Amino acid sequence: MSPVKPIRRIAVDREPNVVEPAPGANGGGAAATAARPSASARLRAARPAVGDVRERMKVESVWLAYGENWVVRDVSLPVRQGEVLALIGASGSGKTTLLRSLNRLTEITAGGARAGAITLDGEEIHELEVNTLRRRVSMVFQQPNPFPMSIYDNVAYSLAEQSPPRGRRRRRHNAEIDHAVRDALTRAGLYDEVAGDLDRSALRLSGGQQQRLCIARALAAKPEVLLLDEPCSALDPISTATIEDLIVGLRESVAIVIVTHNLQQAFRVADHVAFMHLGELVEYGPAEQVFDRPAAQRTREYIGGAFG
Amino acid sequence: MAASGIAATPPGSPPSSPPGPASPPPGLRVIAPPRQGTRSWPLIDRLGYWACWAAGISLCAIAIAIVVYMFVQGLSALSLHLLVTSPAATLQQSQSGGFLDPLEGTFVITAVGIAIAAPLGVAIAVWLSEYGNDSPLARAVESAIEMIAGVPSVVLAIFGLLVFSQSFLGFLSESTSSGNATGKSFLTAGAIMALLALPLVVAATREGLAQLPGRMREASFGLGKTRATTIRHVLLPSVRSNVAEGVVLGMGRIIGDTAIIVILLGGTLKTEPAGNVPVLGLLRGTGSTLTNYVYYNSPAGEGNSHEKAYAAAFVLMIIVLVLNFAVVRIAAGRRRSDDIGGSWWRLAGGRGLIRTLRPAQEPRT
Repeated sequence: MSPVKPIRRIAVDREPNVVEPAPGANGGGAAATAARPSASARLRAARPAVGDVRERMKVESVWLAYGENWVVRDVSLPVRQGEVLALIGASGSGKTTLLRSLNRLTEITAGGARAGAITLDGEEIHELEVNTLRRRVSMVFQQPNPFPMSIYDNVAYSLAEQSPPRGRRRRRHNAEIDHAVRDALTRAGLYDEVAGDLDRSALRLSGGQQQRLCIARALAAKPEVLLLDEPCSALDPISTATIEDLIVGLRESVAIVIVTHNLQQAFRVADHVAFMHLGELVEYGPAEQVFDRPAAQRTREYIGGAFG
Repeated sequence: MAASGIAATPPGSPPSSPPGPASPPPGLRVIAPPRQGTRSWPLIDRLGYWACWAAGISLCAIAIAIVVYMFVQGLSALSLHLLVTSPAATLQQSQSGGFLDPLEGTFVITAVGIAIAAPLGVAIAVWLSEYGNDSPLARAVESAIEMIAGVPSVVLAIFGLLVFSQSFLGFLSESTSSGNATGKSFLTAGAIMALLALPLVVAATREGLAQLPGRMREASFGLGKTRATTIRHVLLPSVRSNVAEGVVLGMGRIIGDTAIIVILLGGTLKTEPAGNVPVLGLLRGTGSTLTNYVYYNSPAGEGNSHEKAYAAAFVLMIIVLVLNFAVVRIAAGRRRSDDIGGSWWRLAGGRGLIRTLRPAQEPRT
């Protein structure tokens, strides 16, 4: 274990919230915990180490509100490329709101407001053009939501800046688009299953396939950050395992933030875990530390209750 | 990862197990719910029940009577000769011709009306449901549409005559010697007809848009698409069948209307183009439709030739029945089909029709 992490108060509370300071060292958490495998580490997949971990997004003292109701209060987090960040916590803890604020989807909801800074590569996201931001920070939702088009068109739709190329024939002769579509499907681990008929309606795929299509669609825009909002909550265990493998594999090329209610899942896929409760960030740290040796009492209770 | 071996099987494939018996074994008594009688009801309830029953049956009887009567009367009067000859102004029945011109007129007026109503209606519906956000303006637009839907068509027609006889709108119809316009042409009548179809197109499109899940829009916004791109490439293709349904309903309204034709299409049974320009002349000219022709030849009109009125009414009824059938097919196709990637034609019942004709053929997978 690395030297004792300093504890930083992020809210005046009954007991301190425990947040690891934004580390300068690359992959400090994951490397340190690998040295001391715990009993529960067996649950965790052997994962290839990612060499280059660097910070892409930074959430600094962010408050988020819908109308008068501040649902996220004073949260600070780093989002790094090369690792998976899992947001865990009970329903209503503000995880999804925080996730949606990262590509300004909270703005769609009436009354969505924010205080504090969210930056992407040092730039405040509010200063960026919103559609450019959403192409760089892409979102996959809880319910698989493919468009009612063919598999091919679903992916091709997100390739272009705005309007997808028109006309089937022209598309098919555009090798560049064709390649990009196939590449995105391959990265999402769906290509082998659908290669036979890319013109099939996306709505005829199974739930797990639809969700991977949604991931492929999100990846086709070549995002730098991928946001996943409980991507497996509507799926069966086998599809879930496929998608978890996919998430772990993708983390080298994109920064991934995943919201999940499933603690085992958070433990299986995440490098860092943030536990939120009632809008506050209670604890943030390397996954093994948060799950094996939670520093905050509320984290212990939440994880203990869930693990039985 | 340990699960990667399992994950190699395509997810979603059902577990293979031998099927169990399809029905319970014969020895088992099947309990059916007892048939509910009205004997135990109070008298007043029974009277009400039988009154409802009688009302339903008589409606069926009336509908069947109309169809059968029109069939018998119309079919006996109908001949190919009537369909392909133009009407002529004479009291001699044998020489007064057929209803080729009114038949053409019906199609022309429907085309003009829908060509105006469909894009306008879709645009209004999109604005109302995607941009309006229940603003005061959106509510005003809604009320306006409801009002237009409620105004009798004869009132719309009189209003149209008032507007289109202004001299500066003379290019839509013919000019009179006094300098005003006649206000009577396929264009002017079609424009007012569009007001009849508009509320139907708006309502059907709005209903479709309202039924699209919010996550479909969210998914598109989440990919960095603008609202306009989302509407153009995701939302509108998804409500094509609703638009088609609204358009067909609107066509039914237009085809069946008489008041606007009588007042705004000139009352000439023959199609009379204004000027020599091929299409524009026809559109600026006057003519008639089947409804008009039926009225003219009915005992109430001047032509006084019932047989031809019945024959025309029969053709009119067939057209409207076909349209109604198309509406049903479109709605059924929407419920059944999850494949919305096809053409407008396929959605507009084309595939349904083909499937009806060839039921053995498997749907495209």
